[in-house]
Amino acid sequence: MKIAVCIKQVPARDSVLRLDGGRLQDSDLSYEINEPDAYALEEGLQLKEKHGGEVVVVCAGPERVGSTIREALAKGADRAIHIEGDLDAADPLGTATLIAKALEAEKPDLVLTGLQSDDLGYGQTGVIVAELMGLPHATIIMSVEVSASHMKIKRELENGFFQYVEVALPALLTMQSGSNKLRYATLMGIKKAKTKEVRKVDVAALGGLPEAAVTTVRMFLPERSKQSQIFEGDPRQAAAKLIEKLRFEARVL
Amino acid sequence: MSILAVLEQGNRMSLEALAASQQFGAELGLPVYAAVVGGGSAELADKKLDGVYTVEHALLSAYTADGYSLALHQLMAKLGSTLVVFPHTYQVRDFAPKLATSFRKVLVSDCIGHKVENGQIHFVRQVFQGKINAEVSFAGNPPFFASVQAGAWRADSVMAGSCTAETFTPELSAAQIRTKPLEPFRDAERAVDLSAAQIIVSVGRGIKEAENIAVAQKLADILGAEMAASRPICDNGWMPMERQVGSSGQTVAPKIYFAIGISGAIQHLVGMKGAKTVVAINRDPEAPIFEIADYGIVGDLFQVVPAIVDELRKAKA
Repeated sequence: MKIAVCIKQVPARDSVLRLDGGRLQDSDLSYEINEPDAYALEEGLQLKEKHGGEVVVVCAGPERVGSTIREALAKGADRAIHIEGDLDAADPLGTATLIAKALEAEKPDLVLTGLQSDDLGYGQTGVIVAELMGLPHATIIMSVEVSASHMKIKRELENGFFQYVEVALPALLTMQSGSNKLRYATLMGIKKAKTKEVRKVDVAALGGLPEAAVTTVRMFLPERSKQSQIFEGDPRQAAAKLIEKLRFEARVL
Repeated sequence: MSILAVLEQGNRMSLEALAASQQFGAELGLPVYAAVVGGGSAELADKKLDGVYTVEHALLSAYTADGYSLALHQLMAKLGSTLVVFPHTYQVRDFAPKLATSFRKVLVSDCIGHKVENGQIHFVRQVFQGKINAEVSFAGNPPFFASVQAGAWRADSVMAGSCTAETFTPELSAAQIRTKPLEPFRDAERAVDLSAAQIIVSVGRGIKEAENIAVAQKLADILGAEMAASRPICDNGWMPMERQVGSSGQTVAPKIYFAIGISGAIQHLVGMKGAKTVVAINRDPEAPIFEIADYGIVGDLFQVVPAIVDELRKAKA
């Protein structure tokens, strides 16, 4: 089966984020693969190992996302499509439009992506891609069993509930984090990745971004909703202060 | 022009979404309708609404993204809905983006606030895992779509009144429903009920390794507390799934909640923000957990937690 995995590059989890004039200052950020997308890639690689076929990685963004693409190839993806361009102003519909166009000629049997991004977190690019490509979809998926042209998937619901859903291929699934153990790239994998195909497609060649449906007016730091008392410095003194507060101020100890 | 609140039966977040919709209706001067798919609109009969629609069809008896999206598209067309408001539930996350895309629009998801400026509604949502907020506006013509975060509006501020209920029967055919959902189930009955715990010591990614959980366990032991964890810890198998707190785990409301090495992603916060007193211990002063903490210690948990245990020992002696 042909499996397309959509991955996004996001600022690293521990990044110190700074705002300047209501915009994120991105000059000194380091980047990594969006964590839920790493699980989507892992699921794709495992399905390929079980059923054969190929894994095609799709990633949209400027030149810097090339490092995330190489990493995916080093882990075992067969080839990649890099939708290259500045997507700062793109909304989820815009990005999904580009991905759907890039996948049109590929005709994948299965499209996988993470359930949401750790940066903007709209949590819907996958669903939009499915709608634009005319594919059925299911979200927040824990596991996938493929038999012939059908899948039985385990969907996470709220409050500890799950549900199996049956769907025919081709389809799109958005994967939950933690559903698999992520693999590391091997030395051999890293070496091989250098020879694998990365097809660059310019945003303009895909018809450009559609007009945005939503616009970010500004970004700002959240105000604390509670009056928190924060203790810093020496751990012993901070601990003593905390216990005193819990006993005599909050009176919960 | 009108607002449509798309609600789920017997769901607290749905009442919050209703409260939000009523507020938007008052501020924008628009009538507010509610829709419940598959029945259960009775609980809305005494709410201030311009109408309630029960969306009914044999093909909607079990939830599917295809069925819900097609049915609501038709209801919106009938009502001329300009703003559609949802609670940000797992189900909404599954179908609402599809519904919005069918209008070539984007769902502004998981909103925590709003403002109305020159008759235009702007929403505030969290980005970068809650470290930053973004104010978002809609472009082009309506309809517009937004989902509201659990706890961002208050269910008890729903305005009472009366409304008429109507049944809406969409046109659907079996071939349009492309997924076949089976019965929901739980993996195992929960052996641990954290909802009654008085004190909870909860660990997150900051604990780094399974062996380090012992550091927090010592604190739990001296306090007689229950242990809990954020999702990544349970995913790694470092603690049983049944001790997970958050949207996919348990909802707790203890007297004291120690959040140790937990950054405070919203998925975790919705499960514990009912705690009376929240104590956060984290290396990162910008971690969103500090926004809802009553007391916080910024520092290395491997030094701070043993220091707290020592202090408790001293206090006991």
